[in-house]
Amino acid sequence: MANYFNDNEDIRFLFDHIDLRELARLQEDDFTRDRDGGYAPDDPDDAVDSYRRVLEIVGQIAGDMIAPNAEQIDREGNTLNPDGTVSLHPLVQQNLDRLSQADLMGFTLPRKYGGLNCPSLVYTMATEMVSRADASLMNLFGLQGIAETIYAFADDELKDAVLPRFAYGEVTGAMVLTEPDAGSDLQAVRLRAYQDEAGNWKLNGVKRFITNGCGEILLVLARSEADISDGRGLSLFYTERSEKVRVRHLEEKLGIHGSPTCEMVFDDVPATLVGERQRGLITYVMALMNGARVGIAAQSLGIAEAACRLARTYAHTRQQFGGPIERLPAVAELVTDMRLDVEAGRALAYETARVCDHENNNLRILEWGENLSPEEKKDRKKYSRELKRINGMLTPMAKYYCSEMCIRVADNAIQVLGGSGYMKDYAAERFLRDSRITTIYEGTSQLQVVAAEKGVTSGVFANWVEPHEEKQYDDPELAEMRDRLVEARERIQEATQFAKGLGGAYVQLYGRKLVDSAIAVMISHLFLGQAEKNERKKVVARRFLHRELPVVRMNCEVVCSGDAAPFEQYALLAGPVPAAD
Amino acid sequence: MAYDSIVLIKQVPDTANVTAEAMKEDGTVNRGALPAIFNPEDLHALEAALEVKERFGGTVTAVTMGPPKAGDVLRDCLFRGADRAILLTDRRAAGSDTLATSYILSQAVKTIGRYDFVFAGRQAIDGDTAQVGPQCAEKLGIPQITYLEKVVRLEGDTVRIRRNIGHGWEVVEAKLPVLATVVETANVPRPKAARRLMRTKHARATVEIELAVRNEMPDADDATRQAEVKRRAEALRQRGLLIEQWGLDEIGADPTRCGLAGSPTKVHRIQAIVLKKEGHSQVPATEEGVRGMIYELVVDRTLG
Repeated sequence: MANYFNDNEDIRFLFDHIDLRELARLQEDDFTRDRDGGYAPDDPDDAVDSYRRVLEIVGQIAGDMIAPNAEQIDREGNTLNPDGTVSLHPLVQQNLDRLSQADLMGFTLPRKYGGLNCPSLVYTMATEMVSRADASLMNLFGLQGIAETIYAFADDELKDAVLPRFAYGEVTGAMVLTEPDAGSDLQAVRLRAYQDEAGNWKLNGVKRFITNGCGEILLVLARSEADISDGRGLSLFYTERSEKVRVRHLEEKLGIHGSPTCEMVFDDVPATLVGERQRGLITYVMALMNGARVGIAAQSLGIAEAACRLARTYAHTRQQFGGPIERLPAVAELVTDMRLDVEAGRALAYETARVCDHENNNLRILEWGENLSPEEKKDRKKYSRELKRINGMLTPMAKYYCSEMCIRVADNAIQVLGGSGYMKDYAAERFLRDSRITTIYEGTSQLQVVAAEKGVTSGVFANWVEPHEEKQYDDPELAEMRDRLVEARERIQEATQFAKGLGGAYVQLYGRKLVDSAIAVMISHLFLGQAEKNERKKVVARRFLHRELPVVRMNCEVVCSGDAAPFEQYALLAGPVPAAD
Repeated sequence: MAYDSIVLIKQVPDTANVTAEAMKEDGTVNRGALPAIFNPEDLHALEAALEVKERFGGTVTAVTMGPPKAGDVLRDCLFRGADRAILLTDRRAAGSDTLATSYILSQAVKTIGRYDFVFAGRQAIDGDTAQVGPQCAEKLGIPQITYLEKVVRLEGDTVRIRRNIGHGWEVVEAKLPVLATVVETANVPRPKAARRLMRTKHARATVEIELAVRNEMPDADDATRQAEVKRRAEALRQRGLLIEQWGLDEIGADPTRCGLAGSPTKVHRIQAIVLKKEGHSQVPATEEGVRGMIYELVVDRTLG
């Protein structure tokens, strides 16, 4: 009887620490809207109570029903049938059935479609718990962004037809973007969309690495404008699984074996245009990706949490040299570093999800709100731009930090378990295999850094930090820590100025170091806020600063070295290209 | 063809998570220290009923007898898919043994009237008697099938059920209506459903409203409180969230057959068994050592 919500002190702490009532008010339009579906909350407390209970349900399903299946699913995977269809592993199907039974497949959708209308922060918490039980299931549970995209951009007819099917768990979906020659660079997508004489759209071409490509609902990025070769030639299309869409290959992957990764062939597949032509990549997919990135951050947190717990238990029970190995300082450092890393990632990811909620709701009100005075409209537009800038930095930061962190934590878990961790007897090796994809898909770490670095160099970082630096702490120790963070921020800004002086390529070369430093400062501020309410978090904050601020200094020193050798003397340093065998 | 089911459920102290405070000094159960939970096998009974409803249509009515707090398990049933919930609560029912309890429950079932199935958990984890289900069936004059593991076939007014009989199984057939007690291997109880939870979490029985009003308005006079209870109950009724509440009168029960008066079971003596550890002895890991230990345990009557 495990409940991944009730047994997780940190998630429950953050649930209380972050002002969910404020998010509920936003999400429910101050409780003024009509009471769709007969299950609308009465007031903010009622809504927050429901969020908590929903998370308890997710926690129970994750702990009692999903986690026990994870090992077998990892060993056996899904099956590609000769007719180009895919059979999910029976236990994957069972997991999905459980989640549908509990009404969890329309987590953030409005009630009028059967959704729960939860803030994305609550969904992020849920995603984390599901991933802790089985990281690969997140790739199906976490695909609810597809429904959100349809909700945000499709016309009413399509929304009414499709969204309830998601919310009632009748269908799952796939975002069909990647192609053999269009990975990180989606502008290069080639799959062709054309209109027949009657004006109906048809899709032709090949897609690769499509998570759950065998799902019923497919959102396909395709080139609708044959004469425009970049991203402006791409539109988003809706289609459903049919015999004209064939899965020709199921990838054999390092990890997340429960998630079917498909290579798909589209053969004159009838499709419906979503939203407007040419906005496929630049508007819709970008929005979809942003949500998906927070999802990967949550998935990373789940894996790291699982790995961390395993290592904690092992270090406590494994006896060597006459006592548990956790008494050895080197092991104690590993274990506490892991715990710190998980809480650091969680602080950043939940803050990101919280800001996303503000952004999404503000946009929704702007787009559909009636009776907005010109003044309010103006204010909201301004607020919208501000939130977009902040999220443009926070989202890639959260995705980047959490995914890198989860690989490190999963790796350290194996180290704590030693030889046992290397064997398949323990889940540690699965955690490491599952973790490895997180820095790659939904945009590699390198791409996240490019996006985040713009925020750091353009002043968004300084703006974000400002109110935190001005915060008054009653506790002198917290105030002292804050002062050290001010110093660190100044140092980062100096390094940034220095880098900018040496040109764009130089900034990109050291983008990662700048972003790492900025993230360390930001997470520290979040920890200080938590420490106001929780004594343990004060110790966490202190340790985190001790560990991270010297790294910030080091990073800044490297940035200020002026050394551009990795690209200026690339051939020399990288050595010759190996001769073909 | 649709089938209507009644599920008998019980709220019990969580005896699986016993702590040091579970027993008072005098050896009786310290209910305050044990969380109250849904009797585990009753969850399987509810699931069996919900599966019948899902496959064939019909309704599921959950019934529990207990103090006002038992409203919690009724709400749990609503979250999982029950259509209707009834709280049997009456001070005169307090102290009922299995005979009196089964009498009260069977009267409630008769009052509901139309039904095809009565499902109950095999037994409750507090008393472990496994008597209430079978006694209900006797009083209702319908067939009883204990240890249900699977509904093998359901057609017209005939049901075929597989019973788990410990070292194997047997398949029996009965005419409806039938009472079945369900074992935990029968199914996996479904999780609570979020939409249903949001819709019905405010459902309350009148007695629960009375308690809440008493807590919230400690200084008000009786008339004011009663008016408030009435107001809240009416508001819930309009939203379809007033849990039905029946006392002995509503189910036409004879008070002399209920509660302590109707319970021939008398507790003869309660013995507090305190296991004390008096030192320890070491058993050498040899053939001879183990023999010696087994001999000691047999003499102690711990073994054999």
